[in-house]
Amino acid sequence: MAESQPGGIELQGVVKRFPQVTALDGISATIRAGQLTGLVGPDGAGKTTLMRLMAGLLRPDAGHITVAGADTVQQQHLIATGVGYMPQRFGLYEDLSVLENLSLYAQLRQLPAAEQKRTWERLLEFTRLAPFSKRLAGKLSGGMKQKLGLACALMGRPQVLLLDEPSVGVDPVSRQELWRMVGELTDSGMAVVWSTAYLDEAEQCRHVLLLNQGQLAFDGPPGALTGRLQGRSFRLPNPRGDRRHLLQRALDLPAVSDGVIQGHAVRLVAEADADLQPLQVLAASAGSQLEAVAPRFEDAFVSLLGGGPGGTSVIAELMEPVSLESDIAVACSNLTRRFGDFVATDDVSFEVRQGEIFGLLGPNGAGKSTTFKMLCGLLKPSTGQAQVVGLDLARAASEAKNRLGYMAQKFSLYGLLSVRQNLEFAAGVYGLTGACKQQRIDEMVDVFELRPLLDSAPDDLSLGYKQRLALACSLMHRPPVLFLDEPTSGVDPITRREFWTHINGLVRKGVTVMVTTHFMDEAEYCDRVALMYRSRLIALDTPDGLKREAAHHGDEELTMEEAFIRLIERADLSELPV
Amino acid sequence: MGARYTRIRAQVVKEMLSILRDPKSRFILLGPPLMQLFIFSFAMTLEVSNIDVALLNRDSGAASVEFIQQLEASDLVRRTHRVANEKELARLVDTQQVIAGIVIADNFSARVASGEGGELQVILDGRKANTSQITLGYLQTIAGNVSATIQSHGSRGASDPATVRHWFNPNLTYRWFVVPSLTGILVMLMALMVTALSIARERELGTFDQLLVSPCTPTEIIIAKTIPAFLVGLVLGCVMMAAAIFLFGVPFTGSLWLLLVCMMLFILSVVGIGLMISSVCSTQQQAILGIFAIVVPVVIMSGFATPIENMPRVLQWIAEAIPLKHFLIILQGSFLKSLPPQQVFANAWPLAVIALVTLTLATRMVRSKLQ
Repeated sequence: MAESQPGGIELQGVVKRFPQVTALDGISATIRAGQLTGLVGPDGAGKTTLMRLMAGLLRPDAGHITVAGADTVQQQHLIATGVGYMPQRFGLYEDLSVLENLSLYAQLRQLPAAEQKRTWERLLEFTRLAPFSKRLAGKLSGGMKQKLGLACALMGRPQVLLLDEPSVGVDPVSRQELWRMVGELTDSGMAVVWSTAYLDEAEQCRHVLLLNQGQLAFDGPPGALTGRLQGRSFRLPNPRGDRRHLLQRALDLPAVSDGVIQGHAVRLVAEADADLQPLQVLAASAGSQLEAVAPRFEDAFVSLLGGGPGGTSVIAELMEPVSLESDIAVACSNLTRRFGDFVATDDVSFEVRQGEIFGLLGPNGAGKSTTFKMLCGLLKPSTGQAQVVGLDLARAASEAKNRLGYMAQKFSLYGLLSVRQNLEFAAGVYGLTGACKQQRIDEMVDVFELRPLLDSAPDDLSLGYKQRLALACSLMHRPPVLFLDEPTSGVDPITRREFWTHINGLVRKGVTVMVTTHFMDEAEYCDRVALMYRSRLIALDTPDGLKREAAHHGDEELTMEEAFIRLIERADLSELPV
Repeated sequence: MGARYTRIRAQVVKEMLSILRDPKSRFILLGPPLMQLFIFSFAMTLEVSNIDVALLNRDSGAASVEFIQQLEASDLVRRTHRVANEKELARLVDTQQVIAGIVIADNFSARVASGEGGELQVILDGRKANTSQITLGYLQTIAGNVSATIQSHGSRGASDPATVRHWFNPNLTYRWFVVPSLTGILVMLMALMVTALSIARERELGTFDQLLVSPCTPTEIIIAKTIPAFLVGLVLGCVMMAAAIFLFGVPFTGSLWLLLVCMMLFILSVVGIGLMISSVCSTQQQAILGIFAIVVPVVIMSGFATPIENMPRVLQWIAEAIPLKHFLIILQGSFLKSLPPQQVFANAWPLAVIALVTLTLATRMVRSKLQ
C-alpha cells in the first residue's frame, strides 16, 4: 500500500455521552495512514470509548468518524472489513490452540479457504508464534497472548489497526516484539492506533493524541509536547542519605511539580518559571547538584495534567515506625517449585533487609509469580524455605501471615460489599476487634479520604480510589512487610505517583516492600532488583548496578528497560550449547 | 482463640453481605425456589385423566351397562370409541388413538350375576407404559365396583401386564408426595448454588488469594463459608415446609424437631459437596457446570421419581452415599406416615457421616491449593 492512500481516520466533533458521564466531549483530530498514533491519557479519560467508536462498536452522539474512507455509522459494513480491533482483553478462546484460534478468526472474517493457510503461515511467521502453534491459547504467556491477539486482528488485512492497551501485563522483551511488529505494519502503510497508559510508549509514537476528561488536551508529535518542558527537568545524582526522603522534601517545595526516584538518583520537574534557588539549596544539602536533563514525555504529561501529588504520605506519617528483631525481613533459601516435570522456580535464594524495596522482575513465565507466591505463603515450595520476619511460612503460617500485607494487581476488593464493609472485613480477618478496629478503620478512612465514599460499592470508584481502598485494606493490620503483585499495572502516571508516595513513606518508617512489576519505572524505585529468567535468578543488584552490568562499556547510560532486555539476551547466549 | 473467632466472624459477615446485600440476589434466594415449588408441584403429577378408550361390547346384560356407565362417567375417560370387532380395536390401539381397548365377553353379565365374577379383557398400549399402567389401575377400580376382574394384555412390548402399581387415591395424593420431596430437592439446589459459587467467585475476583495470605486457615475459611449457606438453606427449607403444610395442605404427621435436625445434617452434607465443587473450579461457569453434573444424577438416583429398589445393585450402593436419598425418606415419612424416631435415626446417621466426609474433604481441597 502506498502512503498516499486515504487509509487514516478522521474525527470530527465526536461526542459520546453515557448516562452518568460525558465520555468524549467534541474530539476532532486526524490519524494518518502509515504512522503510529499513540492515544494516551489517565484512566477514565475516554481512551477505550474512542477506540470503540472508531471500531464502529459504538455510535457517537454527535459528530462523525471516518475510518479508511468509510463513515462508522452510515457505512458500518465497510468498517468491519477495513478495521482490525484488538480490545484490552482480546477474545481468544483459551481452550483452543493457537492455530485453532487463527482458523476460527479466519472463518469469522470469511477468508477464502485457499488463502487461509497462506495467511496463517504469514501471521505465525510475523508474530514468531510458529513454534507454539499447537499450544492452547490459555497456556500462553501474557506477551504471547497479545501477539496472538494481534495476529487475529490482522486476519482480514485491515487498513486501520486499533490496539487498546496492548502492552498491559507484557514484559519488556515481548513489548519490544510488539513494537517491532507494529513498526513493520506502519511501514506497509497501515494506520495504527496504540492506546496506552505507559508514557515511554507514547514517546515512541510518531503522533500523540492526549485525552483528559473527555477532551483532547494535546494533538501532535510527542516531541512538541516534551519541548514545552525544556529546561524544567533535572536530576539529582547520588545524593547522600535517604533519597526517598530527599524526594519527599523536594516534592513539598513549591518550585517542584513532579518527581520520581530513578535508581540512585532523584528526578524532578520544576514548575514553569519557578525560582530554582530552594531546590539548589536542597540538592547541596544532600551533597548533590542539580543536573539538567532532557524532558521526557511523562514529565510533560504530568505537568499538562496539573503536576504530581505532594511528597508526604499521611498514612506513613501516622504509622508507627517498624522495628524488627532481625535485620532480615524476608528470606528464601534454595527455593524450588516443581509443577510435574516443569520447574517454575529453580533454587532461588536471597535476603531482603528491613526497610528495603525489593523488586522481582522477569519476563512473562520466568517464574517470578511462583517465587512471589511462595514468599507470601500462597504456594508451598517443593524444596527450600521461605521466611517472613524470621517465621517459617511452612511451620508458622498464621503468625507469619499476620505480619505481612498483600496487594494484588486486581485489587481484590469485594464488589458486593460497600467500602465500609470491605474495610471492616479486612480488619476482621486480621483479628482486630472493638475500639482498636474502629480506630484503625477511621484512620484509614481519614488518610485515604474515603469518608464520602463509605457507602458506595468499590466497583463504582475510580481506579485511583480503588487502589487507595485496596492499600488501606492491606495496611489495616500495620504489617512490617508489604507484598505488592504488579500493583500499578495499567494505572495512569498520576495515580501511580500517588501510590509510590505512600510506599516511599512507608519504607521510611521501616516497612519492607516486595514488589513484582513489568513496569521499568517502578523498578527504579527499588533498592535492589532480582531479575528472574527461565526459573532462575540471573541477576541481583541495585537498579544502577544492573544498568552498569548490562552496559557494554563503562560510560554507556542505559535505561532500566534496555538493561533488562540485554541481561535476558545475555542469559540466552550463555545457555547456548557449546 | 479470640483472634480465630474474630476472623471467622468477619468472614461470615462478609459472606452474608455478599449474599444478602443486593435486593436482587435476596430475591433470587427465595423467589425462584418458591415459584418452582408451586409450578413443579402442579406440573409433576402422575395422574392420568382425559384418555380415550376403545370398547368392544359383546354382552348386553346389566353388569356391562353398569360398567360402561361408570366408565363414561369417570374423570378418567374423555371418549369411548365403540367398535364392532377386535380388528378395529387393534387398529385404534396401534394408531395410538386410544390408550386401551376393553373387550367385554358375551357371558360377562351372566358371570357377574352368578357370583363367579365377570372378566374383562384389557389391551394396553405398552409404548406408554406408565400411563397405561395407571389406566389399568383405574379400570380395575371401576371393574371392582361391578364385581369383575380384569385380564390385561399389553401390546407392543408392554412389560408384565399383571404388575399393578401402588394404588393411590386420585388427585391430591400426588401433590402430597411431590411437595415434600420438592422441598428437599430445592433446598439442596440452593445450598449447592450458594456454596459452589462462593469460592469460585472469589477466585475470579482475586479475593481468594487475599484470603489465603491472611492468617485465616483453610478450616476457618470452610467454616465461614458453611455457616451462611447453612442458614440460607435452613430458612428456605422452613419457608417451603410451611408452604407445604399451610398452602398445599399436606398433612404433617411426624416430629417437626427431628425433621429440623435432619434437615440441618442434610444441608451440611450438601454444603460440603458444594464447597468441594467450588474448590476445584476456577470460574463460576465451571462451578455451575459442576452443580449440574451433580444435581441431575443425584435427583434421579434419590428415589424421587423411581424406586431405588428397582435399580441395579451397584447403583443402589451408590445411592446410599446420596444425602438426598436419605433425606427424602425422612421428609416423606415425616409428612405422610409419621415415621417413628428409630427409622428417622436410621436415615439420619448416614447424613451425618456424609456431612463429615464432604466437609473434611472440602477443607483438604482448599488446603491442597496452598501446596
